[in-house]
Amino acid sequence: MFRDTVVVFRRYLRLSLRNPIWIFVGLVQPVVFLVFFGPLMTRTLESSGTAPAAAWQLFVPGILVQLSLFSGAFVGFAVIAEWRAGVIERLRVTPVSRLALLLGRVLRDVAVMVAQAVVLILTALPFGLRAPLGGVLISLGFVALLALSLTSLSYALALALRSEDTMAPALNISLVPLMLLSGVLLPMALAPKWLDTLSRIIPFRYVVDAMRAAFTGHPADVLPGAAVATVLCVLSVAVGIRTFTRQNR
Amino acid sequence: MTIIDVRGLTRSFRAGKRSVAAVRGIDLAVEAGEIVGFLGPNGAGKTTTMRMLTTLLRPDAGTARIAGADLLADPAGVRRRIGYVAQSGGTEQACRVTEELECQAEFYRLGRATGRHRARLLAEQLELGELGPRTIGTLSGGQRRRLDLALGMVHAPAVLFLDEPTTGLDPHSRANLWSHIRGLRAEFGTTIFLTTHYLEEADALSDRILVIDEGRIVAEDTTEALKRRVSADVITVEVGEDASRARAVLEALPRVREVTMPAPRTLRLAVEHGDRAVADVVLALQAIGVAIEAIRVARASLEDVFLQLTRHDAVPAGRN
Repeated sequence: MFRDTVVVFRRYLRLSLRNPIWIFVGLVQPVVFLVFFGPLMTRTLESSGTAPAAAWQLFVPGILVQLSLFSGAFVGFAVIAEWRAGVIERLRVTPVSRLALLLGRVLRDVAVMVAQAVVLILTALPFGLRAPLGGVLISLGFVALLALSLTSLSYALALALRSEDTMAPALNISLVPLMLLSGVLLPMALAPKWLDTLSRIIPFRYVVDAMRAAFTGHPADVLPGAAVATVLCVLSVAVGIRTFTRQNR
Repeated sequence: MTIIDVRGLTRSFRAGKRSVAAVRGIDLAVEAGEIVGFLGPNGAGKTTTMRMLTTLLRPDAGTARIAGADLLADPAGVRRRIGYVAQSGGTEQACRVTEELECQAEFYRLGRATGRHRARLLAEQLELGELGPRTIGTLSGGQRRRLDLALGMVHAPAVLFLDEPTTGLDPHSRANLWSHIRGLRAEFGTTIFLTTHYLEEADALSDRILVIDEGRIVAEDTTEALKRRVSADVITVEVGEDASRARAVLEALPRVREVTMPAPRTLRLAVEHGDRAVADVVLALQAIGVAIEAIRVARASLEDVFLQLTRHDAVPAGRN
């Protein structure tokens, strides 16, 4: 099974590297937020009492989660195209492990998204981001966990819906509220009570808070988010596996 | 040696509240090295049967043994032993030809060196030699189909399943693909199980034909036997006088099954072995002094067989 996963991973990595435009496209939205909104938001935070470095430490984790959400959720489209071209069926008739068909893809996506996250962090440095290396690495770990979760769910949804026309609106409708309710742009602690309460059902809120804790050098506060991210990951990958191993059309 | 042994294969689909029986307990057997054509109108259950045999769909009931592996107990074993070429292929546009072949070899767990060797061998066999570095999106329809065939054969399977192999190809590419399919059996001894709409394709390729209609096998025989059994050759004679005189004489001939007169001077004879019967007809008419103006022999066609067995419309030869 591991060998199969490596074979699948190498295939999709090769395809990604041959056509890296999508890797850059995935970066556009977060970079735009970073460059055009970041300075505005951090100056606003500073004027209400936050230290300048701390402002970026609060902002960048949000952008990393935004990256994970959007990049991760849209990977499923490639599977719809592949299914339509008959590639999925062809692969399913080979002895390749069904699990490997999902994991190989997902691992490629995790690799790509962690690389994108590194680019974002490096881009934020000249703007004033300062964070402990340990915190950055922990955050990259969170990005990997989120990537694992969201891409598995995206592939599962794609195979279930089998239509770009249905998937695109489904994603567009859900992603923006999810992003806003996770406290991506501003910490939820600043929100009115009702909004704060609503956001507590969103798993990504805890992940953003954990990443902020990592960036500001409070590793102990990372634990609740880590637990949520791990549970989310296990559930999502299970859903993904189930979809890929189901026999029926 | 029986390489495909199917008993009572059954599958239904649920459509809302109703259950639609797509395949109703079919039995079939294929010997090693045969090319078997699986014919049937749309909705007959061809594709469902093929998808069950290639492990893409789980049968509701029945058993099957393919190349020594049990379909239900050991689907992975079946997958190792078979190749499958879907109707619309399954290639990634952005991949390169050699890459796709070698990747497929890796999926079948052939070693790197073996994979490369097989890829080269099949590329040559299927006239894809110079196309190695080309991107698949740039290939023509016929080339892509040959690549699909190569992908199905990369691990030298004992059985190759082809779903409508030449649908959508121009006549030249079709003939070309037919000769490659025959070549696979000749060169590698592969057993080939193909479904098709095209009667001339079934006729051209198959040793034996199975006809499926509404989920059941309605006929199974060699191509020739099927044609002879269900339909007859037709000899049409135009004579120089009123045909009624000739009619009695012709009806008495041993090979003639039935004589009708669609026009006063035309006789239509349903005969066995038209190419032999025509000599008898000519001699018989000469013996009674009837002048023959024109004589035509029409061979029984698989289309007649098909239409009679299934009472549906098939795609006539030559029309895509």
